[in-house]
Amino acid sequence: MIEVRWHGRGGQGAKTASHVLAVAYLKEDKSVQAFPEYGPERSGAPMLAYTRLDDRPIRRHCAVTQPDIVVVLDPSLTREVPVTSGLKAEGKLLLNVVADSEAEEAVRTYPGKVLGVTADQLAKEAGTRFPNVVLLGAYAGWVGAPSLDHLQEALIEVMGHLPAKAKDASVRAMAAGYAAGERGRADV
Amino acid sequence: MARTMQGFEVLTGGEATAHAMRQIRPDVVPIYPITPQTPIIQTFSRFVADGKVDTVLLQVESEHSAMSAAVGAALAGARTMTATASQGLALMVEVLYIAAGLRAPVVMAVGNRALSAPINIHGDHSDGMLARDSGAVQVFAENAQEAYDLMVMAPRIAEHPAVLLPVLVGQDGFSVTHSAENVALLRDEEVQDFVGSYEIPYPLLGDRPSSQGLFAMPDAYYEIKVRQIQALEAAEQVFADVARAYALRFGRHLGAVESYRMDGAERAIVLIGSTAGTAKDVVDELRERGERVGLVAVRLFRPFPHQALEDALATVGRVAVLDRAAAPGTLPPLFADIRAGYHGTAELRSYVYGLGGRDTAPEDIAKVYRDLQLPAHAGIRYLGLLGEDQHGES
Repeated sequence: MIEVRWHGRGGQGAKTASHVLAVAYLKEDKSVQAFPEYGPERSGAPMLAYTRLDDRPIRRHCAVTQPDIVVVLDPSLTREVPVTSGLKAEGKLLLNVVADSEAEEAVRTYPGKVLGVTADQLAKEAGTRFPNVVLLGAYAGWVGAPSLDHLQEALIEVMGHLPAKAKDASVRAMAAGYAAGERGRADV
Repeated sequence: MARTMQGFEVLTGGEATAHAMRQIRPDVVPIYPITPQTPIIQTFSRFVADGKVDTVLLQVESEHSAMSAAVGAALAGARTMTATASQGLALMVEVLYIAAGLRAPVVMAVGNRALSAPINIHGDHSDGMLARDSGAVQVFAENAQEAYDLMVMAPRIAEHPAVLLPVLVGQDGFSVTHSAENVALLRDEEVQDFVGSYEIPYPLLGDRPSSQGLFAMPDAYYEIKVRQIQALEAAEQVFADVARAYALRFGRHLGAVESYRMDGAERAIVLIGSTAGTAKDVVDELRERGERVGLVAVRLFRPFPHQALEDALATVGRVAVLDRAAAPGTLPPLFADIRAGYHGTAELRSYVYGLGGRDTAPEDIAKVYRDLQLPAHAGIRYLGLLGEDQHGES
């Protein structure tokens, strides 16, 4: 079983990202689970969401405490939240970074693999303000699964209610993230 | 919706329940929102607004009104459903007793949640236990798939002529209501065919109208109440029959009690709800190490399946009963029910866990299995309690 923890701020789409990833993995015949951690729901407040996937049926309904992969949607979160807490030493940490960010400093002690992606910038270039789609793409490019096709199909299904323009921008942003993730994989 | 070749979709328990309601096509659904049930009526309301189901949706001003409207609609002969949680169920309970007494077969989805105070939105079974003696049938799901399946089964149980009682279909708040996972939905026609049409035997309206909600003095009240009690007792066989029919038709059997790896088990846990899934993972791990442990998950809580529990616990040595609710001043509800009806030789121990959404990790479950190797404790143990003696007795 692979467990992914998403760190975001309320309104950034961490919950949606956790769900899109689950739908994409379902298309690759995985058992999946996606759920947010509910606290006081405030726009901008740090929040968590999770995705589980496995080849066998997922039965547990408990918290994720030792994730294999952590994705951080907001560059400022690494200064506020212990994003590597419980993250397996041989795991992966995917960060939204800005140039000269302090993010790397904040996670320097983490022994596993770290990839920084300028998700806000890539999102903006694609015409959206949501970094979640970029990081979903980067996740898939870096981890090697799910495929970009499945991820984009999942995105369109989950975002079905959005106008075509917003969906197109998200699909582009996801592809840009995927390319950044693939580069990260090649670097390792 | 995300459909794959195997026919699974990624749905929360709340969404899956709303799909069951859409496919059942109830005539009337009175609603009032409350976390963590809201996704059920929110999703269902969208189906109504999109014209996918032609239910009369009644948006009322409180859960008390929702339940009152449900009773009226059900007695008029409408197939009636609603959903609630926590304080909402607490507010409905007055009318839930009336629904049971008037034999109104209302099907209710419950997103089981802690009761205030302190205020808390997360999962436990305190709300369900508050409704325990209302006379309603009460079942609990382990996951989103079971929440869906039990919802599809519920109308046939509620509307059975020998039962005619409300049915509460519980699913753990957030860990099932808001957790998206693989769910296989049936086809709309399959559900409609399984549920069938419904006609109330003594309708309020129509060619042969009846009077409902009458005054019953000491010369009649007692007899009416005993018949109501007998109807709830009859629901055990009806549940078994409906579960069997569901299994024959769709391949998933949801018995009153599920025994998991109980063959040759020396130690067992009994519990209700979503933690059963977590416990199954622990049982598999311990079995791999050669430990003879098993699990019994209770789905049908009212009427209580005493004989099924007796059978499930026939050969086991030590049993931990885990309650996700308390009964302050006495033994917790599930433990009390099991102990009251159990004639076997197993030693029964009582634990409370997960109140107000406190996480129950695999390590917590493993700890209970370890405890069961030690001499018995007296009183109630509180699993996962922080910073305090976990023993009920000081």
